[in-house]
Amino acid sequence: MIVTKQKPFEEILRYTEGEKCIYIIGCGECSTQCHTGGEEDIKDMKERLEGAGKEVVATTLIQAPCQELDTERILRKNKELVTSSEGILVLACGAGVQAVSEAVDRPVHPGCNSMFLGNIRRRMHFYEKCSMCGECVLNDYGGICPVTRCPKGLLNGPCGGIINGKCEVDSEKVCVWGLIYERMEEGIKADGLMRIYSPKNYGVCVRPGKIE
Amino acid sequence: MKLRDTFNKKDFVVTVEIPPPRGTNVRDALAIAEKIGDRIDAINVTDNQRGIMRMSSLAFSHLLKESGHEPIMQITCRDRNRLALQSDVLGAAALSIENLCVMTGDHPSLGDHPDAKAVFDLDSVQLIDIISRLQRGESMIGKRLNGSPEFFLGGVLNPFAAPFELQLMKLRKKIEAGTEFFQTQPFFDIESLKEFLDRVKDINTKILIGVTPLRSAKMIHFLNEKVLTRPIPDNIISKLESADDPVREGIELASEFVHRTKDMMVDGIHIMPIGSEAHLPLLLDLAGL
Repeated sequence: MIVTKQKPFEEILRYTEGEKCIYIIGCGECSTQCHTGGEEDIKDMKERLEGAGKEVVATTLIQAPCQELDTERILRKNKELVTSSEGILVLACGAGVQAVSEAVDRPVHPGCNSMFLGNIRRRMHFYEKCSMCGECVLNDYGGICPVTRCPKGLLNGPCGGIINGKCEVDSEKVCVWGLIYERMEEGIKADGLMRIYSPKNYGVCVRPGKIE
Repeated sequence: MKLRDTFNKKDFVVTVEIPPPRGTNVRDALAIAEKIGDRIDAINVTDNQRGIMRMSSLAFSHLLKESGHEPIMQITCRDRNRLALQSDVLGAAALSIENLCVMTGDHPSLGDHPDAKAVFDLDSVQLIDIISRLQRGESMIGKRLNGSPEFFLGGVLNPFAAPFELQLMKLRKKIEAGTEFFQTQPFFDIESLKEFLDRVKDINTKILIGVTPLRSAKMIHFLNEKVLTRPIPDNIISKLESADDPVREGIELASEFVHRTKDMMVDGIHIMPIGSEAHLPLLLDLAGL
């Protein structure tokens, strides 16, 4: 899922400066899981905006704002609400914000920062394990991704900054190369450790990505 | 290849690291090189070490070469992609720089521009492999070069990075890719060095042992906490704490360490003064170099 963090409220107030009537849109999928754009979060945001002197004309939880056609359909149906607002605050990832932005003729403001594609361990604990590089290497590293989980994305083993199995960038984090090595010791193939691994092909993930 | 010859001829090679200046004034950095240049075999020129911005290693290596010194240009994967790295390597060869020391580079989040985008398009093994390919007359994508570079290729090794087996695996890859010599992170006690030499005894390559003079108890606490797996012993901490001139004490300890390495059949040493550049002549005097 896409992990988001809500923006500082002061930043949201700055975005909406000069706009009295605000329409809040949330996301029923990832942002609900992250508690950044679910039903409760929309309600909290409404109260805070009203406390800051704004009028919240409406709130809508779209199940998955990144489903562009659904979002367009819902906003067409809510055309009056859109028209009565001066600005729309979207509590979703950047994909959701843009789906809304493309469907309306009002200023659309992001209420969240999109952080990463994250695995959920338990409530509100998210971990980045895949960076969608377009050329999956997991088969060569015992099912553990060094492209994402090594801050330098190295492919030929750890840098000199691995101290007692921990990463130089964050001493709380276990160096992913230690984990890959453990997998290899358990007998799981991690061929990438053994041979000179060629440079990655970044040509396969030129932005913006598109599959039709 | 002057430095390769030196490695083949001399029993004990000495290299010293001098960082380029932060700014355009190279006078002080060149003056340090001038003071010690004829007592050592080569000077490592750092490449924004620890992610802290300075003049490029390419430019300062060239200036050292012009002044008659033997530079080892350090080159990291942190700041440049595969195009820029290959260009700079060709440029270095055209400027008569003969020695490179290739490394991954510290992450920019640890340096003085923590907001910078980390590049790491290549890793150190891949870069060494590509430089070897340039030496064979073709770019990494196989295009023929109009004139190919020739280098004495070095790499780095952190003896304290645990698990050490992983460092050994990478060391072997670096050798397979074309690395001819290594320089290590600094050692501060002879027991750690003995243990390390035993671990690499089957590896047939030249290794220069890192030496850094300690300057204060604070520096030791930092190293013990952030860098070393075997902490610097308490007796060294108390020696530095009780010394009237801790910097001088640190130089004396480093020179004693150098004397002891000479008896251990190492290929040589690599001195990283880290702030004690002005005391290098004294260190060389005391170490009998």
